[in-house]
Amino acid sequence: MGKCCCGNTCQDSRLTEILEEYKGKEGVLIPVLQRAQEIKGYLPEKTIRAIADFFNKPYSEVYGVATFYAQFRLQPSGENTIRVCAGTACHVRGGKAILDKVCSELNIAPGGTSADGKFSLEPVACLGACGLAPVMMINDTTYGRLTPEKIPEILAKY
Amino acid sequence: MTKNVNITINGQQLTVPEDTTILDAARQIGIDIPTLCHLKDTNEIGVCRVCVVEVKGARNLIPSCITKVTEGMEILTNSPKAREAREMVMNLILATHPKDCLTCDRNSDCELRTLAEKMGIRKVDFGAPVKDLPLDDSNPSIIRDQSKCILCRRCVSVCNEVQKVSAISMINRGISTTVGTAFDKGLEDSPCVFCGQCVNVCPTGALTERFQLREVWEALHDPEKHVVIQTAPAIRVSLGEELGEEPGTIVTGKMVGALRKVGFDKVFDTDFTADLTIMEEGHEFLERLNGNGKLPLLTSCSPGWINYVETFYPEFLDNVSSCKSPQQMFGAVIKTYYAKKFNIDPATIFTVSAMPCTAKKYEANRPEMNSSGYQDVDAVLTTRELGMLIKEAGIDWANVEESQFDEPFGEGTGAGVIFGSSGGVMEAALRTLSEVVTGKELESLDFKDVRGLDGIKEAELTLGGQKLKVAVVNGLGNAKKVMEGLKAKELDYHFVEIMACPGGCIGGGGQPRLSTPEVKQKRMEAIYRADLGLPRRKSHENPAVQELYKEFLEKPLGEKSHHLLHTGYTPKEK
Ligand code: SF4
Ligand code: SF4
Ligand code: SF4
Ligand code: FES
Ligand code: FES
Repeated sequence: MGKCCCGNTCQDSRLTEILEEYKGKEGVLIPVLQRAQEIKGYLPEKTIRAIADFFNKPYSEVYGVATFYAQFRLQPSGENTIRVCAGTACHVRGGKAILDKVCSELNIAPGGTSADGKFSLEPVACLGACGLAPVMMINDTTYGRLTPEKIPEILAKY
Repeated sequence: MTKNVNITINGQQLTVPEDTTILDAARQIGIDIPTLCHLKDTNEIGVCRVCVVEVKGARNLIPSCITKVTEGMEILTNSPKAREAREMVMNLILATHPKDCLTCDRNSDCELRTLAEKMGIRKVDFGAPVKDLPLDDSNPSIIRDQSKCILCRRCVSVCNEVQKVSAISMINRGISTTVGTAFDKGLEDSPCVFCGQCVNVCPTGALTERFQLREVWEALHDPEKHVVIQTAPAIRVSLGEELGEEPGTIVTGKMVGALRKVGFDKVFDTDFTADLTIMEEGHEFLERLNGNGKLPLLTSCSPGWINYVETFYPEFLDNVSSCKSPQQMFGAVIKTYYAKKFNIDPATIFTVSAMPCTAKKYEANRPEMNSSGYQDVDAVLTTRELGMLIKEAGIDWANVEESQFDEPFGEGTGAGVIFGSSGGVMEAALRTLSEVVTGKELESLDFKDVRGLDGIKEAELTLGGQKLKVAVVNGLGNAKKVMEGLKAKELDYHFVEIMACPGGCIGGGGQPRLSTPEVKQKRMEAIYRADLGLPRRKSHENPAVQELYKEFLEKPLGEKSHHLLHTGYTPKEK
């Protein structure tokens, strides 16, 4: 992102604007985190610290809140989002092995983003395609009846 | 006025005040209900549900630790339903818990293991993967093994509510919930001040000090090494608890006898440098009172407090006394004056200190703590580790012969002893200052206003015609209040004693676990008994301190003192 006339980066000034809007209000941490996340699509460490300082709250507490809600991301999302189903039907038919395989192939943890920024990984509850279990989705494409062996081939398409 | 209510527990009728919890009511009549997360006054949040009981007419089982009794309540603590539910809760906790009790740091005093035994758990019914989370050993003081964490949240409550440091919080949710720092960094990279209050309340092996017993044994076994130990004022009234004595037992003589048997070349008393601190800090205060330096003077003996002020109130660093803590003064004096006087190569000296504190481990490792030319203090043991050392050495504590500290640093006054309790440094300073300033002997040595377990104590007094206002603060939550007051210029003092731990060192993070207010009260009473029992009760009358000045340091705040006994502070990032 480019520089603003003020010399700060645009995100900094947008964050300041958001914070000012909520100044002195109680119980606004969640909406502030939501708005702050819109700036970059995730919540960088700097942003969390700035929010904590602004509301005079401990960093650990704000971080705790951000990690509690699934809607908040603490890492930039990758170009492609992989959703591996952790629902019951998929679990019974080997969903865990699929998740493990994706993790090891991309060297990431659930919730994380691969080092090259290409993929982020989210385990999700039922994707509504139980008949095809185990299932995963990459962006809008659904892949069903998976086996760990099929994973590298699918990932190579992106 | 509180009303009384009539209830029955397991068929037994009783009358109790209406604000009593079911748990307390049951304990009053000798019925024990298992608890795990509950910690009176600190963690009353009812999260673990190990304490559930059946109440007639209630649809669900009820957590007894947070539920108050009501008129006519019929409670069953041992009904099949209640027992089954409690067993289920325990089973769920144990399913993912590592089961390496044999080699776990807490194997002798683990609350979880004890509870499993009490509840007769002989088999865990669920097959779930055991927690396997990375160890946080980023710092010299505290090790966090989150695999052993049962999420009771006691540590989070202590850090957030009592100490108000908030280095740790609950993070993530569901099965991924853990206790963690912001951005999941090591404690070293968090605002943690290493006070160890969390370690003191953790029921399992998830939080422990970084043990240094191995290093100490290695030094003891090395024939080239001259190994000396100094013991802090506060541990003589608490070490006994680790070895089966009642809280409040003074074990000075036995402790010295045992340490001699363990094999230390010299057993010294940190009281000696507590007296030395009073000489230096007392004169520093007079200097500041005469316009040379900022007021109020804030004390510097508590390394947890030093970490706190460096992190949260760096604008006050010029108010903090430049005196090193007694532990560090000791190390510096041992490897210079003592080495020279007894013709020992300082390179072969290994100094151990036994402290009620985990922050002292951090302090000993600070890069600036090497004014003797060597690391001034080589290893720091907590009171708990000292107990382990004595047990590991195979010493029969019950029959240990009492012994006396070695000369020349075995001589401590009552003023040095009371350093162990909140208010002690202030009282010791006042005893000396009054006499130094007025040149007259004090009629009464007891400054009772500054004693006791209250978090913030104030006193006014006259010193050589000048009115002084002093304050004594213990616990960082209280320190925060006072610092905010000073910052806003709402408070105004000349001299403030601040200790990081609630109650002072008697409540230190390295003390025997679960230092309840009752236990601390007993330790404190013992400290003042020990003070009264000593022939000398004023620091400036310590003959060994006088000799040290005569032979080596020359005068308080002199050049040598400046180099060996004083230090500076650096702001830290939150
Ligand atoms: S924390 Fe307690 S139950 Fe867990 S391994 Fe250690 S001793 Fe055993
Ligand atoms: S050592 Fe003190 S500051 Fe650090 S986490 Fe524990 S209670 Fe908090
Ligand atoms: S670290 Fe210890 S005190 Fe903290 S939540 Fe875990 S088990 Fe409880
Ligand atoms: S459980 Fe996986 S799609 Fe429904
Ligand atoms: S002890 Fe009562 S809920 Fe944990």
